[in-house]
Amino acid sequence: MAELDTSGGGKHKGGKVRSKKSSMRVDLTAMVDLAFLLITFFMLTTTLMKAKAMDMAMPDKDEQHDQLPVPATRTMTILLGSKNKVEWYMGETGKSAPTVDNFGKNGLRKALVENSDKEKATHGGLPMIVLIKPSDKSTYADFVEALDELNIAGIDIHAVVDITDIEVADLKKNGLY
Amino acid sequence: MPRVKIARKSTATDMTAMCDVAFLLLTFFILTSKFRTEDPVPVDIPGYTKTILLPEENVATLTIGSSKVFFGVEGIPIRKEMLEQVGAIYNVKFTPEEEAVFEVLPEFGMPVSQLKSYLDLDPDARKKFVQPGIPTDSVSNQLFNWVREARKADVSINEKALLIAIKGDSKQEYPTIKTVISILQKQKVNKFSLITALKTAPK
Repeated sequence: MAELDTSGGGKHKGGKVRSKKSSMRVDLTAMVDLAFLLITFFMLTTTLMKAKAMDMAMPDKDEQHDQLPVPATRTMTILLGSKNKVEWYMGETGKSAPTVDNFGKNGLRKALVENSDKEKATHGGLPMIVLIKPSDKSTYADFVEALDELNIAGIDIHAVVDITDIEVADLKKNGLY
Repeated sequence: MPRVKIARKSTATDMTAMCDVAFLLLTFFILTSKFRTEDPVPVDIPGYTKTILLPEENVATLTIGSSKVFFGVEGIPIRKEMLEQVGAIYNVKFTPEEEAVFEVLPEFGMPVSQLKSYLDLDPDARKKFVQPGIPTDSVSNQLFNWVREARKADVSINEKALLIAIKGDSKQEYPTIKTVISILQKQKVNKFSLITALKTAPK
């Protein structure tokens, strides 16, 4: 280790007083320790602070010409209600009774995977289309969670659409609005 | 036979070079690091299983919480240009001092008419001041114009399309989110990012 010269001037034989020569070396260990500690801190904080995000694409509202009609038979509509609950139904609005469901493994995710497989089997491999309709009582967390479930279930074709009055009435009936 | 003598060496090493390097790196990290800016409203971001890293430049953030909307853009020249243009639209003239304050403001949520008096406050008072959020109604069209001018400024300065990120609070009810998204869609921004925390999918 770097050391300080502590031998001192001592008493010389001649009795001559000499000025004390102190060593120029300073112990840098502590300083280096501190510097590296701070480096570690700054390195970790800078990389952890970077915001993470997900990409989101909405259907174009203005351009009408390149919109394709959505085949109702292959669609599954998810209505986002209050209290972190959802309702979903297959096909056209009002034709089949919606199912009230929760988020999570045995709720929406299971329904998505099952319906997707069923639609693929009956429509010769064509993928299922999912429409998400958030109601005014749903929260942002529900919205992101629903998109996340689609991502986990591997459903690529989905769109976020405005909810209709009939669907709101149905949510009300089930106490989710 | 002569005994082999192991030369005794001092264990002391010269740490000067190491110390230099350490402090050089330290300086670099201190200068490049950006501390997290305080959100104007408490925002608890929702989780998502597949996230991408948001770039640090060229981003505008719309923070939504407590049914209020706040807006912020990265880059001082963009903010300056944006303030001038929006001021021109609403006939508000900002003094150089006010502009200087605005340039370093991370995010704001003030109607244009009250922005001037907000910028005139001293820093402590500004921190305590509860901002009402940017009006999102279609009559005054303020949020629309802020986003539009920010995008225009970014194209003219950086020659890149501005990336818009929405940072929403989990508890936020959907109507506010819907209003913001429709404002973005009105200016043909159909692709944007939602700021989320990475979470692992429960198996």
